[in-house]
Amino acid sequence: MRFHQRAFRLFKRIGIHALLSLYSLAVLLPLVIMVVNSFKTTREIFLAPFSLPAVWSFQSYVQVWQRASFGVYFANSLWVSTLSVTAILVIASMAAYGLARYRFRGVDALRLYFLAGLMVPLRLGVVPLFVLVQRLGLLDTHWALILTYVANGMPFSIFLLSGFFRRLPQELEHAARIDGCTEFQIYRRVMLPLVRPALATVAIYNFVPIWNDFFFPLILLRSDHLKTIPLGMTLFFGQHQIDWSLLFAGMTLASLPLLALYLMLSGHFIRGLTAGAIKR
Amino acid sequence: MAGVVLEHVTKRFGNVVAVNDANFEIKDKEFMVLVGPSGCGKSTTLRMVAGLEEITEGNIYIGDVLVNDIPPKDRDIAMVFQNYALYPHMDVYNNMAFGLKLRKFPRAEIDRRVKEAARMLGIENLLDRKPKALSGGQRQRVAVGRAIVRDPKVFLMDEPLSNLDAKLRVQMRAELSKLHARLQTTTIYVTHDQTEAMTMGDRICVMKDGFIQQIGAPLEIYDNPVNVFVAGFIGTPPMNFINVVLKKEGDDYYVDGKAFKLKIDRERAYQIKNIGAYVDKEVILGIRPENIRDGKIHPGTEDNSFVATVDVTEPMGSEVIVYFSKGEAQFVGRLDPQTEARDGGEHPVTFNMQKIHLFDKDTELVIK
Repeated sequence: MRFHQRAFRLFKRIGIHALLSLYSLAVLLPLVIMVVNSFKTTREIFLAPFSLPAVWSFQSYVQVWQRASFGVYFANSLWVSTLSVTAILVIASMAAYGLARYRFRGVDALRLYFLAGLMVPLRLGVVPLFVLVQRLGLLDTHWALILTYVANGMPFSIFLLSGFFRRLPQELEHAARIDGCTEFQIYRRVMLPLVRPALATVAIYNFVPIWNDFFFPLILLRSDHLKTIPLGMTLFFGQHQIDWSLLFAGMTLASLPLLALYLMLSGHFIRGLTAGAIKR
Repeated sequence: MAGVVLEHVTKRFGNVVAVNDANFEIKDKEFMVLVGPSGCGKSTTLRMVAGLEEITEGNIYIGDVLVNDIPPKDRDIAMVFQNYALYPHMDVYNNMAFGLKLRKFPRAEIDRRVKEAARMLGIENLLDRKPKALSGGQRQRVAVGRAIVRDPKVFLMDEPLSNLDAKLRVQMRAELSKLHARLQTTTIYVTHDQTEAMTMGDRICVMKDGFIQQIGAPLEIYDNPVNVFVAGFIGTPPMNFINVVLKKEGDDYYVDGKAFKLKIDRERAYQIKNIGAYVDKEVILGIRPENIRDGKIHPGTEDNSFVATVDVTEPMGSEVIVYFSKGEAQFVGRLDPQTEARDGGEHPVTFNMQKIHLFDKDTELVIK
C-alpha cells in the first residue's frame, strides 16, 4: 500500500516534470534559434538553419544599427512603451483605488463602464479611432499611440488593481487617517506600496503587447523617424526577399528590454498572479 | 490631556439604530471601558469619537472642543485596533514614526519619542523589523507604541487584546494598566470581555443593543447592577436568576421558590425601599455564585439553607464551581475546595441572604 503510494507519487512527479520540460522546450527553442541565427549570414541560415554559426559574427548587429536606423526605432519604442505603461499605472491605480474603497452614488455604474471596455475589441473601432486621432491633430505623432495604449490598457488594469485594493483591511485606512494622512497620502503612502505585486503584474501585462505592437503604429504613424521597432523591422521584409540575418539580429535586440523588465519584476509578478489563491 | 463628552449622541445606519442617545462624560485622565456583547454599539461609539464614523445626532466634545466636523487627524487622538493595523511595508520604527512624520515633527524629536516609547514597551531590539516578523504580542506592543509616540489627548482602544492568547492577554492587560498609570492619558477602551472591563476600568459603561445600561466604577456595577442584563453580564460565573414569589410574614419578607423558601435578611429588605409593592407577586431573585455556600462547611438555618441536587461539579483548584438544581430552579455556587458535593448527589447549600437582589419580572429592572 505504502509502496504503491510512493511509486504513484514518483510517477506523478516525473510526469509533471516531463510536461514542464516539453513546454519549456517549445518556448525556448524558437528563442534560441533566433539568437543563434542572428550571428550567421543569411546564406548560412538557409544552408544550416539549426546549426551553430561557423563564425560568430556581429556583422548583422552592426548593420541593423547603422543601416536601418534601429537606434531611432529603439528609442521611439522605449519612449512610447514606458510613457504608456507609466500613465496606465498612475491612472489605473488611482481609479481602481477610488472604485474599490469609496462608496458613492454611481460607483457600480462607473465600475461597469470600465468593465465594458474589456468587452469591446479595440480593433473593430479602428476607423472611428483613426478619424478621432486625425481630428485631434495627433496623426503621425507618438501621442496618438500613447493615448490609444493607455485607453486600451485601462479596463483590465483597473479590474485587476481594484481587486487587490479591495482586499486590504479597512483598519489600515483608519489607522492612516488617524495618523494624519490626507486621502491622497493614504493612497500613495499606505495602500499603493501594498499592491506592488499587482502593479508589477499590470506593468508587464501592458508593456509586452505595447512593445510588440505592430498594428497601431502602422495605422497612426507615417514618418520614418517616429516608427517603433515592430514597424521598423518591416524594412527587412522585401517584396521578393527577406534579410533573415538582419531580422533575427533586430528581433534579438528588441527582446532585450522585455527580458530585463521581466527579470526585474518577475518576483513580484509571480506573487501577483498567485496572491489570493490561498488563504493567508 | 482632556476629557471627552458625548451629548445625546445617536448613530443610525439606515433604519438600524446602532447607538441610542449616548449621554456621558469621560473625565480627564480617566480609563473608561465600554463593554457589551457584540453588536451593542460600543465600537461604533468609539469610532464616532475617533471621527471614523459620522454622528447622526448629538455632539461630541474632546477637551471642550466640539469635534463633530473635525476630521480624525485634527482631533488629537490615537487609536489601537483589534488586528493592530500596522503598516506591513514599514519597519517598526517607521510604523511608530509615521504619524509624527506626517505632522512634520523635527527628525531628532521623532527619534527621541520613538526610542522612548520603544524602551517603555520593551521593543527596542525590534525597531528594524517588519510587522510580519513579529509575534502577536510584539505587534500589539508596536500598535500601542504608535499611539504613545503621538502623545495625544485621548487613547482609543478597540478590543486591543482579543487577538492574543489567554496568557498573553492577562499579561498585556496588566501592562496597559501600568502604562495608563504612568502616562495618565484619558483612555476609552472597548471590549466584550467583562474581566478586562472589571480589572482595567476606572469606570465601566455597559451597553446593549445601542443603549447604555449602566455607568459606574467596576465594584459599584458588580454590587449594584441596575437590571438583569448588567447583573448577568458582569461577573463569572454570572449571577444566578431564580423565579420566586415574594411573601410577607409578620415583619419579614420571604422568597418562595416552591421547592424552597428563604427569608430575606432584615437589613437587606429594609434597603429595598419598594419591596412592599411586590408582596405576593412574582419577582426574579438574583444571587452571585460566591454567595451560595457549602451547607456542610457553613451550616445555615432553615431560613437560608436547603438541600439541593448536585448536577455537575467543576473543580478549579482554589474553588469548586457546582451546578445545583432544586425543583424548577437551577443555580451555580462557588464552593470551598474541600466540599464533599459529588455529581448526582444531594448536598445542603446556604444562601447569603444579605447579598441578594430582586428584579421586576416584567421590566427586568432592579427593585430598589
